[in-house]
Order: sequence, then structure tokens, then C-alpha cells
Amino acid sequence: MQYLGMIIGPMLDGTLVTLKMFFVTIILSLPLGLCLALARISRFKWLRGATGVYIWLLRGTPLMLQLLFVYFALPFIPYIGVRLPDFPAALVAFVLNYAAYFAEIFRAGIQSIDRGQYEGAKVLGMNYVQTMRRIILPQVICRVLPPVSNETITLVKDTSLIYVLAMNDLLRTARAIVQRDFTTTPFLVAAGFYLVMTLVLTWFFQRLEKRYGIYDE
Amino acid sequence: MKMLQAIDIYKRFQNLEVLKGISLTLEQGEVAAVIGPSGSGKSTFLRCLNRLETIDRGTIQIEGEVLVAPGPDGRSRYVPEPEARRICGRMGMVFQQFNLFPHLTVLDNLIEAPVVVKGLKREEVIPEAEELLRKVGLAEKRDSYPARLSGGQKQRVAIARALAMKPDIMLFDEPTSALDPELTGEVLKTMRKLAEEHMTMLVVTHEMAFAREVANRVVFMDNGEIVEEGTPKVIFNCPTHSRTKAFLEKVL
Repeated sequence: MQYLGMIIGPMLDGTLVTLKMFFVTIILSLPLGLCLALARISRFKWLRGATGVYIWLLRGTPLMLQLLFVYFALPFIPYIGVRLPDFPAALVAFVLNYAAYFAEIFRAGIQSIDRGQYEGAKVLGMNYVQTMRRIILPQVICRVLPPVSNETITLVKDTSLIYVLAMNDLLRTARAIVQRDFTTTPFLVAAGFYLVMTLVLTWFFQRLEKRYGIYDE
Repeated sequence: MKMLQAIDIYKRFQNLEVLKGISLTLEQGEVAAVIGPSGSGKSTFLRCLNRLETIDRGTIQIEGEVLVAPGPDGRSRYVPEPEARRICGRMGMVFQQFNLFPHLTVLDNLIEAPVVVKGLKREEVIPEAEELLRKVGLAEKRDSYPARLSGGQKQRVAIARALAMKPDIMLFDEPTSALDPELTGEVLKTMRKLAEEHMTMLVVTHEMAFAREVANRVVFMDNGEIVEEGTPKVIFNCPTHSRTKAFLEKVL
């Protein structure tokens, strides 16, 4: 018990890093994913094509590779090369990667809406932006909540990849303590922390689903 | 006054020519029923009028304003999108599948477009919307979601929703075809009321009784053409074309 008290401080610090990475990634990647989804189904062929390639690249290579690339390789690319500190570098990789997955979820959601909804909005005089904002997207949100919740929970755990940039997130902190003290207790504590985080998320998404599902189609 | 004028409309889907030179004029207060076998192009024609489908050739004018006309090369040219939206705003449309917005209550279905498109205030529109709901006999359903309504109720809400935009012309695309037979009556009654108020109406329908009793004019379409048109009396009692006769024999 005393031992737990001793390690809980650093592990909470690690959790903070994990949570910070998680929240900023979610806040940035959801809107970016939505924009990508709209680009993926736009009427412009080049835009659809470009987005398709982007999604292919970001979903087709390991997230770990993308992290390493942004941190280590990006500085050496002529003209656009910038050297980012560890947190922003990891953030860029996470946001770009998750936006690609969210884009596909949103695209599927948007395309699942009946064509009659667009026609109903059109004959009432709504333009594209009004139709999307007021008619289509509110219905899409309700349908994509389960897969978005899935991705979100995956993200909590994927944040542990930032250990490759030597950032002290929850898992890396736990591992450091394990190696120092020759006990596996910190692993159990870390597991507990992750479980609590995903439990809160699960609960949060259940509430959202209830709120947006009141109209049962 | 000519409310709607379609001249020589051509439309093809890939290799299938669905409209082969359709011309139709609607006067103020006129109720025209378009009848004909399925696949005759009557729904497509209706959908062309408010640009749910684009036409290949021909002219469409709404209340004297050109929506689409042939360009110098003979192919049809539409007026710019905002202009087209304004012109088509004079027409309301009712679909076979209702197309209500499931995430909005009945009342919100009615006031959504006046608020979003016309920029009116919610509070201003609500009394009018409630009045329309009373008119279609659904005042007590204002806070229900569409999923809770029967087909007939949904279609009456859809009619009220179209009327909330104060159209001069109402287009009906087989409004009772998705309904159980015992529910078509309430929808037809609502439409009959509208006709009595001198709304200009174009109705694609399989309801021969409605066409006979409510319409001033019946248009028979077959195979992408208007074969014959005239008063209900003429079309139903002494049609001149054999195709009209054959169709009416089947459905009556």
C-alpha cells in the first residue's frame, strides 16, 4: 500500500501526458476528418483522388512509422522541413493519422443517408451548406457514434506509442518503474488507469447515443 | 397567367430516352393530373420541373421566369444556381416517400426551411406552422417525431411542410403510392382542400378517382410522350387514342 502511494505520483504525471495527447488529438482530428470526408465525396475528381491517396497513405503505414517520420525525418525535407519538439511532433502524426480513419467513418455515415433527404432539402430551397449542416450531418452524428467511440478508445491506448519519442506517458512511466524496482505492480496500476479512462469514454458515448438517438428512425 | 410552362422537354438516362419532347402549360389555379403506366416518364417529368433532374433540351419557365432554355448550341442552359433556387422556390413538392427529416419534430420539419432559407425568426413562423398543422388535421402531433406517425400522417406533414414555404405551385409525385389503401383517403382529402383554395397543382398519380373528381385536366403519358390530354370527362369517358383506352381499361 505504501509502495502504491510512492509510485502513484509519477504515474499520475504520465497519465496527464496521455490525456493531454488524447484530448488535443480528438479535438483536432474530428473536424479535420469531417473536412476530409466531404472532400472524399466532393464533385471535384482531383479532390476526391487526392483525399483518397492521403487516406491510403495514412491508413496504409504504421502509426509508429509516422511518428518517427514527423519527428526524425521531417526536419531534413527541403523547403517544408521543420524540426518540431516531441509533443507537437507526436500530435501532428496522431491528428493526421486519426483524421484519415475518422474521414472514412464520416464518409460512410454521410453516404448512408437516404437520397430523399437531399431532395427534400433541395425542393425547400436549401443550398449545399444548409443541407449538410441542418439536415444531413445531424443524422450522420447519430449513426457514426458507435464507430467513432471505437476509434476514440483505440486512441487512448495508441497514445502509448509516444514512448518512441522518449515522452513519459503512462505506459513508459510504468515501465521505467518496473525496471527500477523489479516489480510488476506498476503494470497493473497502468492497466487500471487505462481501464478507468476507457470506462469514462464508454459511458460518455453511451450518453451521447441516447441523446442523439431520441428520434428512432 | 401562365404559372408553369414546359416546352419540348427531352431527357435521357444513358441510352434510355425517358422524355421525348414533353410540353405542358399550367394556368393559375389549375389542377392537372398526370397519369400513365409506370416507366412512362411522368415522375421524371415532374422531377425535371424543379431540377431534381436536369433536362437535355427544352425550356422551362416558372411564372414567366426562365429556369432553363436552350443555349446557342441547342443544349439546355440553366440560369445560375442562386437564381434557379429562387425560381424553383415558387414550387413546393411532395414525394412518394415523404422525405420528412427524421431528426426533427413535426413542427420543426415545417419551420426549418422558412428559418434557414428565408431567414425568418422561429417565433414568427411557429403560429403559421401551427395553423398549417391544424389545416392538415395534425395540430396535436406538433412535438412528435416522424417515426411515430402513420404513412398518411407523414404525407400530410409533408404537404404542410411544403406549404410552409408559401409556394404558388404544388408538385405531387405519386403522393399516395406508398400508403396503405385505407390511408390514402386522408391525404387525398387534404389535396382536395388545397385544390378548392385554387392552388395550382401538378399531380402524378395512380388515383383515377382523384384525377376524375379533382383535376381540371388529365394528362396521359406513355413511353416518354404526352399521348392525350383534356378534361377528366373527355379522357375517362371518350379517349381518342388506343393507348389511352388500353391503359384505362387496365386500371379502371
